Amino acid sequence: MNITEFIKNIETEIDEFEDGSLRPDTNLRQTKAWTSMHALILIALIDTEYNVTINGEDLRSITSIEDLFNIVKERVED
Amino acid sequence: MKAAIEHISYYLPEKKISNQDFFQLFNESVKNIDNLLKIGIEERHVVDSNQTASDIAVKAAEKLFLDHSINRTEIDFVLFCAQEFDYYTPTTACVIHDRLKLSKHCGALDFNLGCSGYVYGLSLAKGLIEGVGLKKILLLTSSTLTKTFHPKDKSSHFLFGDGSSATLIIGKDGNDSSIGEFVFGTDGNGVNKIIIKDGGGRNALTENSYVEIEDDYGNVTNNASFYMNGISVFVFGLNLVPKMVNEILRKEKKSIQDIDLFIFHQANLFLIEKIRLKLDIPEDKIFNFMKDVGNTVSSSIPIALNEAIKCGAAKKGDVILLAGFGVGLSWAATIITL
Repeated sequence: MNITEFIKNIETEIDEFEDGSLRPDTNLRQTKAWTSMHALILIALIDTEYNVTINGEDLRSITSIEDLFNIVKERVED
Repeated sequence: MKAAIEHISYYLPEKKISNQDFFQLFNESVKNIDNLLKIGIEERHVVDSNQTASDIAVKAAEKLFLDHSINRTEIDFVLFCAQEFDYYTPTTACVIHDRLKLSKHCGALDFNLGCSGYVYGLSLAKGLIEGVGLKKILLLTSSTLTKTFHPKDKSSHFLFGDGSSATLIIGKDGNDSSIGEFVFGTDGNGVNKIIIKDGGGRNALTENSYVEIEDDYGNVTNNASFYMNGISVFVFGLNLVPKMVNEILRKEKKSIQDIDLFIFHQANLFLIEKIRLKLDIPEDKIFNFMKDVGNTVSSSIPIALNEAIKCGAAKKGDVILLAGFGVGLSWAATIITL
């Protein structure tokens, strides 16, 4: 898995993020559109695409998409 | 003697809150409307402040008696599943027993469960019939959860609706219908995920109970009001339900193909659709009914099952998998033959 594909998946799944609008250092929680519904969509996406569970604490701990990507990558490898 | 579901009725309070009403109350949520519509709820019914869970349970029971010409004196036991009871003591099922004019020989029992409650109730009814030898059990579920919401708790106001159900479970010899095996589960470590912290036996109501608490997503409640960690509960449902479904299928030596219809607790459409995809359940084998009622807690499965029967999605002889999950955290599943 690579971060470009990871970001593309998020942009495809969440309507408010247009193609090319997200970068590895983007802090999702600080984007204008971010709501709890987006958190659910993101959790479901990562569950479906990578078979990895992320939870509310994970989302609270990250400051960038790269942080989230690293969590997912680590759990995929486990 | 085998236990089986004979009839179901349900009741919804008259007062309704449409999405239009909701967006008037919480106008900052309008910008998120496209995402909120994925939840699959357009309207919910809510009780008046003076209506209790037993009031609406009695209405569902009276409707059941009337719709199916049931002789109430023949009821052997009334089971009342709720989370909001009339008094600390006595048992609300006894209050209901009086209001329904049930027989003096009729047992009455409350049990406190939320979204898993209906399936637990079916297991108790089956035990009373097949173990104890009773013939007719009245299982009531009721939720008036909206009364416990903080006025600024937009998530809960959007998701939940009030409602009650009444199910007659009977014991018969040579009956093709049945209530099958069960799986149960609990994760008491999750008690704080869905909770009203203060005002019960553990924590008295104090001034602090009314201090507003805002979560990571701007949702507001306090310790005297309902709290749900929606993200955690979503993760719980997404992981737990597929495992529970596989477990009950294994126990019944059945596969997804052997099940005519799946009815899950109607938490929200977004979650149920993700669960459906994880289990590879064909779309026409799953029945949902939440658009006009919201998440009605322990009443959601019986309301959906009743609607499935009414519209022909569930027919006599069908094999139906029911799965409830939620507050506790608590879960249960069974397979019934209608």
